[in-house]
Amino acid sequence: MTAVNPKARRAGAAVSGLDVAKIRQDFPILGQTVHGKPLVYLDNAATSQKPQAVIDTLVRYYTTENANIHRGVHALSQMATEEYEGVRTKVRQLLNAAEDREIIFVRGTTEAINLVAQAYGRQNIGPEDEIVISAMEHHSNIVPWQMLCQERGARLRVAPCNDAGELLLDDYQRLLGPRTKLVSMVHVSNALGTINPAKQIVELAHRWGAPVLLDGAQAAPHMSIDVQALGCDFYAFSGHKLYGPTGIGILYGRAALLEAMPPYQGGGDMIRSVTYEKTLYNTLPYKFEAGTPHIAGVIGLGAAIDYVNAIGLDRIAAYEEELRQYGTKCLSTISGLRLVGTAKEKAGILSFVMEQAHPHDIGTILDAEGIAIRTGHHCAQPLMERLGVAATARASLSFYNTREEIDALVKGIDRVIEVFS
Amino acid sequence: MPLDGLYGRIIMDHYRHPRNRALVAAPDIHARELNPFCGDLAEVQMKLDAAGRVAHVGVQAEGCSIIQASASMMGEALAGKTPAELEALAARFRDWLQGRSPEGAADVPEGLQALQVVRQHPVRLKCVLLPWVALEEGVLAFLRRRAGEH
Repeated sequence: MTAVNPKARRAGAAVSGLDVAKIRQDFPILGQTVHGKPLVYLDNAATSQKPQAVIDTLVRYYTTENANIHRGVHALSQMATEEYEGVRTKVRQLLNAAEDREIIFVRGTTEAINLVAQAYGRQNIGPEDEIVISAMEHHSNIVPWQMLCQERGARLRVAPCNDAGELLLDDYQRLLGPRTKLVSMVHVSNALGTINPAKQIVELAHRWGAPVLLDGAQAAPHMSIDVQALGCDFYAFSGHKLYGPTGIGILYGRAALLEAMPPYQGGGDMIRSVTYEKTLYNTLPYKFEAGTPHIAGVIGLGAAIDYVNAIGLDRIAAYEEELRQYGTKCLSTISGLRLVGTAKEKAGILSFVMEQAHPHDIGTILDAEGIAIRTGHHCAQPLMERLGVAATARASLSFYNTREEIDALVKGIDRVIEVFS
Repeated sequence: MPLDGLYGRIIMDHYRHPRNRALVAAPDIHARELNPFCGDLAEVQMKLDAAGRVAHVGVQAEGCSIIQASASMMGEALAGKTPAELEALAARFRDWLQGRSPEGAADVPEGLQALQVVRQHPVRLKCVLLPWVALEEGVLAFLRRRAGEH
């Protein structure tokens, strides 16, 4: 590993009152070079990098606290249990949920959605019923519903978006009706960055009594979330995109709904008593946490939440918005480059295509310059089809990115043009 | 330089000036292969002569520079071969590209060897291989059809 890029160290201090140079020092990986060039990490929508505090927490947990939870009477088990449950409270506060028991630890957003599809869906959705999603869903918010629809004879309906990648609310409203039994929509689009009008989506669905799940994988790391203000019934996000470890995620569910749902998986911890004749299930949230959970992941996520809170999600959002505007301005001046996803309300995602080169070639040439972006369909094939592109190149921003890194991206794109001119 | 000649002269020449792009009418062997992960598409048609050897080749590819170059380079290596020889060539090329070839470079025609550079970019190997997957599928379907006729 080499020293932090000095250019990056100077950067950011002038913007948003966020000391980005200092923040970058908290992320050891950002000091690396890749192919001999300073790493410019612009693939944050895929996964975010981890601050030292999170890494240290994992080491500390495994070094001094490792034990199973909710089981042992010994000191380590009690310590681990307390920490684990303490994180539930932190997540509850992060989302402004009403109660700790509304927070379920899962593997990630995908598992959270599958949990709702299996536990809520199989119980409440039957033949001829309808589930409404949007045209900009990640595959993880399409396939679980297709599987459910196939099993239950229900129908999946898709609310369209316009060419800018904005949800067409009137069309969405027209899709809703007495058959609508669930709405599941992305809060912030991973492929385009569109911020959907979540509160309106929820209000409209609730007029028909349909509960709403919001896929917050790209929202929770970048803005304050208040599930009570949004009024949503379920909210899902992944820890690894919020600067925490991989393999841990959150499902928030309104207590009344979770109470009425059957368990998702059977096993230890989710039971109150077991006999061969009859098993009594545990109360919330444990009913949905069968087996030994990802204890280290939960505790690491707690450290990530502390880290993000210390900076402040509102400040993070403000800084990332400035950076997005700067990036949009810079990329817009490049001849032959077209931004894909130009919604008025957007998070820090810059998806683009170029006349000169295919996204894969863009990705490979940028990689040679030390710049990490994502190329492909971003697990949103139907959206790509709707927008008439097979794939895009996507730069996704975080609060540790700088204007200098956007400049490096632009220089890298110049190199793409050079190779393909 | 980390690109290690990925966008070198031969590959870029085939990308900019793809050979055998014209569709072959009424082909004996044809196949189309899509990589849904990136939208890459490769299509191949071949017409056999009376002796059962490839007389006309058509190869079309859509997508990144590497798949287009690979398709063009593949098309130049097919003329005069029997379906069985095409199968063997595809298998040899696949092994060679992935560094599993016992004979090394001697196993594949010289015209294909510029693609060796893609070994440094493992995620791009599938771009190179897609036209070859189409070729294999086409030959397999042809052999099955022929076996059915007899």
